[in-house]
Amino acid sequence: MQKTVSLTVNGKPVSATVEGRTLLVQLLRETLGLTGTHVGCDTSQCGACVVHVDGEAVKSCTLLALQAEGRSVKTIEDVADGDTLHPMQEAFRDNHALQCGFCTPGMIMSALDLVKNNPDPTDREIREYLEGNFCRCTGYHNIVLAIKAGAAAMRGAPVEPHGAAAE
Amino acid sequence: MTEIGTPVRRREDYRFLTGQGTYTDDINRPRQLYAYILRSPHANAALRGVDFAAAAKAPGVVAVYTGKDIEADGVGGLPCGWLVHSKDGSPMYEPPHPVLAQGRVRHVGDPVAVVIADSLAQARDAAELIQVDYAVEPAIANAAGALRAGAPQVWPEVPGNICYDWHLGDPAAVEQALAKAARVVKLDLTNNRLVPNAMEPRAAIGDFDRATGEHTLYTTSQNPHVIRLLMGAFVLHLPEAKLRVVAPDVGGGFGSKIYHYAEEAIVTWAAAKLKRPVKWTAERVESFMSDAHGRDHATHVELGLDVDNKFVALKVSTIANMGAYLSTFATCIPTYLYATLLAGTYTTPVIYAETKAVFTHTVPVDAYRGAGRPEATFLLERIVDLAADELGLDPAELRRKNFIPTDAFPYQTPVALQYDSGDYFSTLELATKAADYAGFEARRADAARSGKLRGIGIATYIEACGIAPSAVVGSLGARAGLFEAATVRVHPTGSVTVLTGSHSHGQGHETTFAQLVADGLGVPIEQIDIVHGDSAKIPYGMGTYGSRSLAVGGTAIIKAMDKIVAKGKKIAAHLLEAAEADIEFKDGQFSVAGTDRSKTLGEIALTAYVPHNFPHDELEPGLDETAFYDPKNFTFPSGAYVAEVEIDPDTGTLEIVKFTASDDFGRIVNPMIVAGQVHGGLAQGIGQALLENCVYDHSTGQLLTASYNDYAMPRADDLPSFALSTHATLCTHNPLGVKGCGEAGAIGAPAAISNAIVDALKDYGVRHIEMPATPEKLWRAVHPQNMAAE
Repeated sequence: MQKTVSLTVNGKPVSATVEGRTLLVQLLRETLGLTGTHVGCDTSQCGACVVHVDGEAVKSCTLLALQAEGRSVKTIEDVADGDTLHPMQEAFRDNHALQCGFCTPGMIMSALDLVKNNPDPTDREIREYLEGNFCRCTGYHNIVLAIKAGAAAMRGAPVEPHGAAAE
Repeated sequence: MTEIGTPVRRREDYRFLTGQGTYTDDINRPRQLYAYILRSPHANAALRGVDFAAAAKAPGVVAVYTGKDIEADGVGGLPCGWLVHSKDGSPMYEPPHPVLAQGRVRHVGDPVAVVIADSLAQARDAAELIQVDYAVEPAIANAAGALRAGAPQVWPEVPGNICYDWHLGDPAAVEQALAKAARVVKLDLTNNRLVPNAMEPRAAIGDFDRATGEHTLYTTSQNPHVIRLLMGAFVLHLPEAKLRVVAPDVGGGFGSKIYHYAEEAIVTWAAAKLKRPVKWTAERVESFMSDAHGRDHATHVELGLDVDNKFVALKVSTIANMGAYLSTFATCIPTYLYATLLAGTYTTPVIYAETKAVFTHTVPVDAYRGAGRPEATFLLERIVDLAADELGLDPAELRRKNFIPTDAFPYQTPVALQYDSGDYFSTLELATKAADYAGFEARRADAARSGKLRGIGIATYIEACGIAPSAVVGSLGARAGLFEAATVRVHPTGSVTVLTGSHSHGQGHETTFAQLVADGLGVPIEQIDIVHGDSAKIPYGMGTYGSRSLAVGGTAIIKAMDKIVAKGKKIAAHLLEAAEADIEFKDGQFSVAGTDRSKTLGEIALTAYVPHNFPHDELEPGLDETAFYDPKNFTFPSGAYVAEVEIDPDTGTLEIVKFTASDDFGRIVNPMIVAGQVHGGLAQGIGQALLENCVYDHSTGQLLTASYNDYAMPRADDLPSFALSTHATLCTHNPLGVKGCGEAGAIGAPAAISNAIVDALKDYGVRHIEMPATPEKLWRAVHPQNMAAE
């Protein structure tokens, strides 16, 4: 069964013909070539595929492409402002919160969702919020520092320079 | 230039942060087909028939292949890269390892057939139409069980399922020393089986160019040249000149992406057969049942101490699970990367280790972060703690009493290795101070007042990294050399391309190696490009594993830079009309000593490529040098970790109150990246200690933990933040003095956590808790009356 789905992706209207079983992440990666969104599991646990749908963090492997009809999807490719990294991306870079980079897009999208709802999260709140995002490289230590620093930058608070890196 | 030692921000991050990384599954080739691999749901079954007639006719299906097609085309089996001999001198048993099962499946996940179709969905749909006639037979998953009389045989020609029965050391000397010892402490322990779980599932794309006859494999590999060698020479019989292996951005490896896997050969072979690119990407459930697993040892250890509490002998007997087939480096893990580390940080004068490697109906086991060294460290640091407990000694004091003295290096251990440098007292001092070890009993009492059980645990570790002198490993059975290669190419206008045989899958080589070159050649880091992961570009490479990239790959870059500087001096001497011996090179300038006459590296490079005024009699044009570096010895990182835990006796839940690590990695090039490596290693070590466990049903060989529903991956709220410090003694045999940092955390953390747990439970008579120490195990330990329910 092939159907047409129309939605907005990263601010641009998109239409595509998909099967009923096509997942949103497959539409993004395979049809639209937005390969920044990753697939790390098949049980909706790893969070590598997190995108924003109408402003909310969603695992794009849990949504059928057809369920995104008429909705607005934002992926990692649309987070930076041109060549200028978003403050959260910059905080990840500055705190060495990524190694292999595979979980990173999902982490950033989740971090932005957290900060939208909680602009000044504690370490504990960050760690609890991230239960749906796996990272196998960093041990999360620097991700927690990065999200704190990114949140601070986003709300205009002074950021301690080079949080993690001073180690 | 002082790039070395500074936390330069990573140059690779921009692409990863903006979704522009190029991982294998992000690559799509024109006219690409998709492969779906049908895998065995049974652990041990004869394949009576595979009926794929319906699948072959399904929509979009281009081909269905089974083991018969592989056999008909003469496709070879996956080779094992390390030959181990048994005690009696006989070689290990090396079973065939076909890329698609031939006549029998031997573990859940063994590949049976591959369906290739226009879309992945079509390939999967068609695979459901395949009828496989399995004659299911009894299976054995547990290595100790596989040794018992009457156990199912994985290979009929291998009675008792023993791949090899190996040993190291002098058994008589150890028995004698143990007999004379004032005390012998004994322990049986297991090192739990783990699944590496890099977040990027394995993937492979085969491509074939009819015009040039060139085969290309894009794969999630830590060592593309090794895959080219193994697949070309042993499996597909392709000349290396016509086989290109590309490992682009790779999303973590931790060992699991070292090995040559069946899927790589299948897509390369099928692409040539079908004259179209073929792509395969693992689902996570496939990763669980086809990526090489790690650890899975059962060990009996005995430590003898004299009246002065000095260690006098160590005896270790291990049963190591190999799985159903031998993965690429499986056989060296529980032998040469394990028993050789059993001296640890101590002066134990005699050591004997024996290892039975056993076939079972499980996924092959191979190196996983640490690879043998975590197993050695775990048993050693557990038995030392147990000895301290039996003797009523402070575990830190017992360790200090037996440490190799700082002035005793180079130190020859009784288990083959010669440590070049180390200072175990300093790292222990740093860690115990940072952890406020001395003030612990007050915190234990505080916790007790709120009904909690608090414990503190120390672990020290030593590891052999930077693998390795080729001649040494060759004499021990390695079928590969373990050097590294690098090219440093100074371009006509002075920018630099470095081609390295090391492979970065998260380690940040594009930054660390650029720091080396910026420092060595005085070139701004922005003008240095680090290229890795493509056999068509890189002269050669042994790849990245065993914390070897900087110590071996980095040294190859240094050696290539030395050649650049040597040639540059000759060119400068010609241009400056000076004697070569008078030319000095510093900060990118070739100068005549004692004068202000100099040429920049850029000027020398331009001269080398526009050689109008050039010493042609003496030199070739160009400024492009390659070096192969074969290390003289392993490197020996070491350290001390302190874990403090608190257990709620009512629920068995555990909190890591503090984790303190102090490491000796030799010289540190980028402290930010090194700290990140330690964090990641610690997370995996703590995961092993508390959460992770790969479980098979022992009666059926079913893999019970085949998804993230059942395999407990460490999440952010399972882990603490870490307190790190370093203390450097330099490696004496590489020019940088570097030792390697990638595996340390995974090596030292399990014992530190386990020792803390046993300390917390000491009032309950607990001697040992098997990993992972789940809340259920901890709760049962404090409620022994409920043990019967287990």
